[in-house]
Amino acid sequence: MSLKAKIADVFQEPGCATNRAKTETVRKKGCSKPLTPGAAAGGCAFDGAKIALQPITDAAHLVHGPIGCEGNGWDNRHSASSGPTLYRSGFTTDLSELDIIHGGEKKLWKAIRELAERYRPPAIFVYQTCVPAMIGDDVVKVCKAASDKFALSVIPVDAPGFAGSKNLGNKLAGETLLDYVIGTHEPDDVSAQDINIIGDFNLVGELWQVLPLFERLGIRLRASLTGDARYLEVASAHRAKANLLVCSQALITLARKMEERYAIPFIEGSFYGITDTSNVLRGLAGLLVRQGAQPDLLERTEALIASEEARIWRALECFRPILSGKKVLLYTGGHKSWSIVSALQELGMTIIKTSVRKATEGDKERIKDLMGEEAPMVDAIPPREMYRMLKEGEADIMLSGGRTQFVALKAKRPWLDINQERHHAYAGYDGTLRLVERLALALSNPIWEQVRRPAPWEN
Amino acid sequence: MARIVNARKSCATNPLKMSAPLGGAMAFMGLDGCLPLLHGSQGCTAFGLVLLVRHFREGIPFQTTAMNEVTTIMGGLDNLEQAILNIASRTKPRIVGICSTGLVETRGEDIPGDMRLIRQRHPELSDTALVFASTPDYVGGMEEGWAAAVTAMVETLAQPRRARSRRERGRINLLAGCHLTPGDIEELRETIEAFGLSATVLPDLSGSLDGHVPEQYISTTFGGTKVEDIAGMGNAGLTIAVGGHMLAAAQALHAKTGVPYVGFDRLTGLGPSDHLVETLADYSGRLVPEKLRRQRSQLVDAMLDGHFFFGAKQVALAGEPDLMLALGTWLTEMGAELKALVATTAQPRLELLPGAEVLVGDLDDLEAMAGGCDLLITHSHGRGMAERLGLPFYRAGFPQFDRLGAQSQRLVGYRGTRDLIFAVGNLLMEHGHDHVPVAPSRRMSHAAA
Repeated sequence: MSLKAKIADVFQEPGCATNRAKTETVRKKGCSKPLTPGAAAGGCAFDGAKIALQPITDAAHLVHGPIGCEGNGWDNRHSASSGPTLYRSGFTTDLSELDIIHGGEKKLWKAIRELAERYRPPAIFVYQTCVPAMIGDDVVKVCKAASDKFALSVIPVDAPGFAGSKNLGNKLAGETLLDYVIGTHEPDDVSAQDINIIGDFNLVGELWQVLPLFERLGIRLRASLTGDARYLEVASAHRAKANLLVCSQALITLARKMEERYAIPFIEGSFYGITDTSNVLRGLAGLLVRQGAQPDLLERTEALIASEEARIWRALECFRPILSGKKVLLYTGGHKSWSIVSALQELGMTIIKTSVRKATEGDKERIKDLMGEEAPMVDAIPPREMYRMLKEGEADIMLSGGRTQFVALKAKRPWLDINQERHHAYAGYDGTLRLVERLALALSNPIWEQVRRPAPWEN
Repeated sequence: MARIVNARKSCATNPLKMSAPLGGAMAFMGLDGCLPLLHGSQGCTAFGLVLLVRHFREGIPFQTTAMNEVTTIMGGLDNLEQAILNIASRTKPRIVGICSTGLVETRGEDIPGDMRLIRQRHPELSDTALVFASTPDYVGGMEEGWAAAVTAMVETLAQPRRARSRRERGRINLLAGCHLTPGDIEELRETIEAFGLSATVLPDLSGSLDGHVPEQYISTTFGGTKVEDIAGMGNAGLTIAVGGHMLAAAQALHAKTGVPYVGFDRLTGLGPSDHLVETLADYSGRLVPEKLRRQRSQLVDAMLDGHFFFGAKQVALAGEPDLMLALGTWLTEMGAELKALVATTAQPRLELLPGAEVLVGDLDDLEAMAGGCDLLITHSHGRGMAERLGLPFYRAGFPQFDRLGAQSQRLVGYRGTRDLIFAVGNLLMEHGHDHVPVAPSRRMSHAAA
């Protein structure tokens, strides 16, 4: 399928709630809003594809393009591995002016050969980028020939940056897994309680925060797509009994197509927040029982949920004195616009605004459930307005991603990173506790009073 | 004299080099009220922006023309025009600094032509300076992109001197290379001011990215060289260019305005610092101030105290060419030896490095050569190899994302060199003890006891 057809296909996603709410004609236009030149932010399709695939730790990830794509971008995420480290190395063909003139296919071929000979990895993912796409380098053909020649999987990832946004790149990565990886290896240890987790990239080890919960229930991870993954695990993902899609609208096509092709049903869920973690466990247990697991899984799950929730609420209680009465500006979007709200509200915090930029109708309903019809939902807040709210004390702390970090800090207000660049793991029950702990630390740090005090010679 | 050798492999592994548009856009960060704009896909901007945020720990106002597949085929004029108009109406910058990327250069866009057209169509932009630097990703690296941007600033914004206008002898221009930190620029400005002179620094990251807290929200760069300052550079009495990659800009300014220039390959170490101070003393006709004499003496003392730890130490060094020249030469002046040298691009002046060979390559090449070294110096991406090889690691250059204070690291002048001796010397001291095995007879007697 051509790249254009692929993009049209993933944009027609019937499993996507946002898409279902659209009319037929609107749906046909696809879900990539054209970017506004001079007022756009965020990564490109290549970026998104690499984010989704690079956590496959024992594969080599080779970027075919000039130095900007990998030289500026490698080594920038905290996707953790329990073993192999090959995925951490940056590999690129570093195309020069001469390569552009003569075509980059030969150099790509040689680069693949060097990687194959030096590391003997189970797979090499080859990322197409804008410049070689423009000059007509046929990455698919080179990968096919290299797979045959070197007897390993050389997989083209056709998501050049100009194809669209990071979100589209995520989707195209999912398509790549469907087309080239999933279903290519038969495991010999299939069980009735095997699941895949889709959409978790094990940032700062968050996958490891929740896996012990599954293990206590006897639920086994067949494949992680793709946090801390091994290539062969992903290749055998088609033998799981259920899929869990976490916080990802982008990879819903992957989950839906696995259901179509391999009859693996999926549920959507999130590990952010206490109720959500419980709901994920509950939903997954139900799904597995319907798929043939022993019915006592349901009771065991309820027992685990009850004991974990009680434990975590007790632990959270000691933060109430610091957090109670504090006003939070929650600027994230998507499911995080509500998933941590209940914990914060329970501890006496007020959410003064929560942004619903990337949120679905379902997300918005959840916010209303938690905060009532008058829930303070907003779309994008211009940075200048955000700065004012923080500077004037309308909010005591902002929870957001790295992009808006300095708006808060320059306004001399505490800030907590809750997006993918963060250094702390916030998934599951213990992750929620960790988040609240970090929140309390940020708010109670002694610098705030000092930095806000004017110099003695002013006033 | 070192031989420059190109790495013979097709797969660059653990890249050392970053792209030219990133260097160009970073140079534009040193202008006041500026909005750097990369003409390419949104990813070109996003990757560079993230790297700068991680290094400086500041918001970085980069923008993108957001080229997509269709506009790449049809041509980028509309995107460039819209981007400039949107930026002008939203953030009202004094300058939009435009860098091209591999994407638009491969297509062969006539960007200067597009800009003329945009100017004609939009008289409302008359108060906004537009500067364009050609920086395709596939030619050179950060240093080359930075150089192209500074040359473009001079060529576009410096005004030819009016007839009969007097030169301002008391003012000199300082063209700062990309290897200078905000801390370095502050140091050089102080040194110049110590002679009763004032300096126009271009570009001036010490104004915008020194890490300070403005009292209001500003959506462009805040601080840096002003458009008027650049316009007036032609009236200065002298231009000082720091780093070989700033010579082209110094020559361009000279050609346009006649300001004489002097170039410094490097300003790290006693000799180069003396050379700068001597130049300033000669130019100003003043005696070297007591403060600088004292600083010199302090550096000499640091060299005396520190040299024990540097003698015959084997160093692995990688970076952009002018940073390599500054640090590599200084290291040998302290008695260390350059064992493994890797540079981003094949600049001929790398031959001046006092080592056998400079490889144009990546961090993987450096790792292959650095076994048995006593010290590693490169940017933060070297931390993986430092760990694998168990090498003491001093971070220098861009990016430094796993340390605080990259903006105030000071490597030039008497005080900068002294700081450097202390920082690197401490690392070598910590790891440099002899490990004599306990004599067999002593081991025996202890076992008996």
